[in-house]
Amino acid sequence: MENPEISTPISISESEKTEQARHLSIPHQHKDAIGAKIGMWLFLFTELLLFGGLFLLYMAYRLQYTKDFVVAASELNLVLGTTNTIILLTSSLTMALSIAAIQRGKKKLSVAMLLATIGFALAFLVIKYFEWTAKFHHGIAPNSPELLSKPNGEIIFYGMYFSMTGLHALHVIIGMIILLFMLVFLLRGSISKTDYIKLENSGLYWHLVDLIWIFLFPLFYLLH
Amino acid sequence: MEKEHKEHLIPYGTYFLVWLSLISLTVLTVTVAGIELGRIALFVALAIAFVKSTLVVSYFMHIKFDDLIFRFFLLVALVTLASIFILTATDIFFR
Repeated sequence: MENPEISTPISISESEKTEQARHLSIPHQHKDAIGAKIGMWLFLFTELLLFGGLFLLYMAYRLQYTKDFVVAASELNLVLGTTNTIILLTSSLTMALSIAAIQRGKKKLSVAMLLATIGFALAFLVIKYFEWTAKFHHGIAPNSPELLSKPNGEIIFYGMYFSMTGLHALHVIIGMIILLFMLVFLLRGSISKTDYIKLENSGLYWHLVDLIWIFLFPLFYLLH
Repeated sequence: MEKEHKEHLIPYGTYFLVWLSLISLTVLTVTVAGIELGRIALFVALAIAFVKSTLVVSYFMHIKFDDLIFRFFLLVALVTLASIFILTATDIFFR
């Protein structure tokens, strides 16, 4: 009953066998990159509607309290806002480059670009942290007495500011965690030249985070 | 099925050009915001944001190179979102 495969010494047949096994395993994996991508896009549409609802609320309030919004927005730090915009746009570039590199089989470049993307995400969050704490130091925080003493429109502006950039920052944190997982997959080789859909879908998520910010930035920082 | 293996390799340079355009548009939108444009200011800012997001979706998110079905999906999602916005805006204006 001894297995003849084990008893045979390692020879040419061994490498042939692994080669054969690899060929056999492919049809059993049922990888469907297009299907996976469609699923990701459908999820992104739900995200679009989630933020869309908040943008809708913003539009309604802005039409109602146009002047208060301008006054409140003038207190936001334009330099930090612009810096964060450039950081996120650049992180989108490095994300796209990371995918482009693995498509060409350049693992090291792909890892480097992914690391850069994660670094930019962290930089964005650090700047956001300083921005928020600066506001808190000036007494502007959700439900703070100083904020509540202001006109209605300004209270609503900051309510929208904290909830929308807060929800966005949460997405940046989640995106960063996803990208860290992708980094591990990339290093372990489960993301490769022939199978990189995981990285591609994470990239789609990351670009969505960038897209939302492209609209948040002019709507909160560029009112004069 | 035959399309599945025809992967489009987009040159690195294309991505750099898109990034450069995005940065330029950001500089433009910040500069324009400093000018007194009155009521048009919001529309100018939104128009620039739309151009920027089109660039991100087309190139970074590969919509330009993917199957047509993705463009169709995106269109349905955007039309839905746009109708919600237009209906709400008309409601606010004619109240």
